[in-house]
Amino acid sequence: MTTFTRRTLVKGGTLAAAASALTGPALLEWAKAWAQSAPWKPEKNAQLSMLRWKYFVQSEDDAFVKLIEAFTQATGVKVNISRESYEDVQPKASVTANTGAGPDLFWGLYSLPHLFPQKCVDVSDVADYLGKKYGGWVPSAVQYGKSGNKWIAVPVCYSGNLMNYRIEASKKAGFSEFPKTTDEFIAYAKAMKAQGTPGGMALGHASGDGNGWIYWCLWAHGGNHVDKGDKVTINSPETEKALNFAKALYAEMIPGTASWNDAFNNKAFLANEISWTNNGISIYVAANRDPNLKKIAEDMNHAYMPIGPIGKPTELHLMYPVLAMTHTKFPQACKALMAFMMESDQFNPWIGAAQGYLTHCLNAYDSNPVWTADPKRTVYRDVAKRSLTAGGQGSVGEKAAAAIADFVLLDMFASYCTGREDAKAAMRIAERQLQRIYR
Amino acid sequence: MTDVALDKAKPILREPGAWDRLKVNRNWLSIWFMLPAAAFLILFLAYPLGLGVWISFTDARIGRGGEFVGLENYEWLWDDSVFWLSVFNTLLYTIVASIVKFAVGLYLAVLLNENLPFKAMLRAVVLIPFIVPTVLSAIAFWWLYDSQFSIISWSLRKTGLIATNIDFLGDVWNARWSVIFANIWRGVPFVAITLLAGLQTVSPSLYEAATIDGANRWQMFRHVTYPLLTPIIAVVMTFSVLFTFTDFQLIWVLTRGGPVNATQLMATLSYQRAILGGHLGEGAAISTAMIPFLLASILISWFGLQRRKWQQGESND
Repeated sequence: MTTFTRRTLVKGGTLAAAASALTGPALLEWAKAWAQSAPWKPEKNAQLSMLRWKYFVQSEDDAFVKLIEAFTQATGVKVNISRESYEDVQPKASVTANTGAGPDLFWGLYSLPHLFPQKCVDVSDVADYLGKKYGGWVPSAVQYGKSGNKWIAVPVCYSGNLMNYRIEASKKAGFSEFPKTTDEFIAYAKAMKAQGTPGGMALGHASGDGNGWIYWCLWAHGGNHVDKGDKVTINSPETEKALNFAKALYAEMIPGTASWNDAFNNKAFLANEISWTNNGISIYVAANRDPNLKKIAEDMNHAYMPIGPIGKPTELHLMYPVLAMTHTKFPQACKALMAFMMESDQFNPWIGAAQGYLTHCLNAYDSNPVWTADPKRTVYRDVAKRSLTAGGQGSVGEKAAAAIADFVLLDMFASYCTGREDAKAAMRIAERQLQRIYR
Repeated sequence: MTDVALDKAKPILREPGAWDRLKVNRNWLSIWFMLPAAAFLILFLAYPLGLGVWISFTDARIGRGGEFVGLENYEWLWDDSVFWLSVFNTLLYTIVASIVKFAVGLYLAVLLNENLPFKAMLRAVVLIPFIVPTVLSAIAFWWLYDSQFSIISWSLRKTGLIATNIDFLGDVWNARWSVIFANIWRGVPFVAITLLAGLQTVSPSLYEAATIDGANRWQMFRHVTYPLLTPIIAVVMTFSVLFTFTDFQLIWVLTRGGPVNATQLMATLSYQRAILGGHLGEGAAISTAMIPFLLASILISWFGLQRRKWQQGESND
């Protein structure tokens, strides 16, 4: 019989666990041992409710339910999980923060905890424990998780937003791999459109895909909506360059992208209407799952977003932090659950079940076999390391959260690309909006 | 002895006290009868409204109460092009949709008031758009308006009328007309059925008298039907304008206010700024800015369409 101590758990929780995920009774045994040795002892008769973003990949949710069941059996803490579309978690969390009544835990998007940092339980002990144990946090996760010196949320995972493209059509257009620079990207988009296989990226109010590519575009050209001191700097020559690039790219896209929300590019890609777009791995997962779409899965691949004139990656990926509300009666149970979720014996099988849709933000999990079992997933392994934060050069607090929620930059790009405003007017309007938010 | 007995039997009459008088006072009683309704209105209508107006004068953010900032939120809105665009969109949306809903609704009501075959069934069918949940009909329109998969575009392309798909929700004006059309489709049954109920209260003897006077069908409509319908038109159009002005679900499902805020209404902008962006004060200011428009529409309906004294129980001048 194995005796589990904190030390053995720390040892056992390293990379080897990735390959030997516990299941069934073994998982329960491990969970019970973990519960006994964990620093956080749930309160007596504790019960938790969690509102999380609704899964994109069913197997991920199944694995998550198993994980929660193991936690309940080990600690006796019942956890009630509700699910909402990721855009709807924020309004509900906001109302809960305001009224002090609602779920104990929220697992949402981007800088959700920074909308109400004073309503989040201080989870510095959990974050420090996990960081030390699993090779440290990636830099952007630290920014998302911390408010001042305090961790107000545990950054659980990222959802990568990378280029999805059709292999054969790209080859036919003269590109054996996806362009690595923005200049090549324009040439690629032109060639693809010329041969009748255009692409498209969302310019409507698409929180994930829309914001994902326009922030990348802005940063790739050296533009920033604020500087390090949160002073608004959007009205700049660099932003104008980014706008011009986006307009040139928009001209080569399939018509209608100004109305696209997050779901449009998925269905257009799977219907052979577009041959390149920015997205998570969900298109590939959906194509693999459906025998009728298998050909698309075989003929598609993923690539990093091209590098712009500033010469380094400037990607923005979705981040999913989990936070506990201060109104909870069971803060220790919340912390125990957060730590439990992130332990390798839980986290590795769960992230594996997400099939590449989710990426870890603790460095030790790089070796999870999910990233190498299928080479088409490998680029998504690095999204947490490559991601910048929604605050750009500035803080990642509530102002950055408001700017991204209010689609200020997305509307600036859309108004210029669609010809509604010229570049100067589009920048001026965005500047005014940002001054309002950053006042 | 007899006197003593009579004295005993005599009831003791005392002057009624204030409480006795109050107990039978009709005004006092009516206050108590009205109290539950008043409490309900104060708690669920007046208090939230007052709170909303108060929040609009603060810098409240989600999760923390705000400080009083006077008119600062309104000053920022005054200089905010997106806010003014949302005002324009809301007015356009409300005016166009309400006029068309009234015209089509009235036409349908007059039509359904005739002796048609399958009359009951036709009346039930007309109600369908109204009973389908808004979100479901919005999703149906979302597919109809899809830039790649729209069946409208597909049909027109197959018949050779257009070469490329119609960009229903990606083009600024296309998007505006598309959401207005969806709103009209949803709102017409409410107007039609309510006006139909009004039409059925018009006494046939009035039409008989008009026929004897030699009135044609238009004159009968203009001088008999329309005047008798005005009270119900006032009510139905007030409700219709209020529902349209404060519409949220349809826009949120179809466009989320896009493209480039072309379909951003005051209600959606208020939600976006307050709940998604976290600026409760500013969102409340946008909501409060809707009040004058709503009041104006109610006043126009009541004083404009209900100006006839006989409708208020008096004789006409």
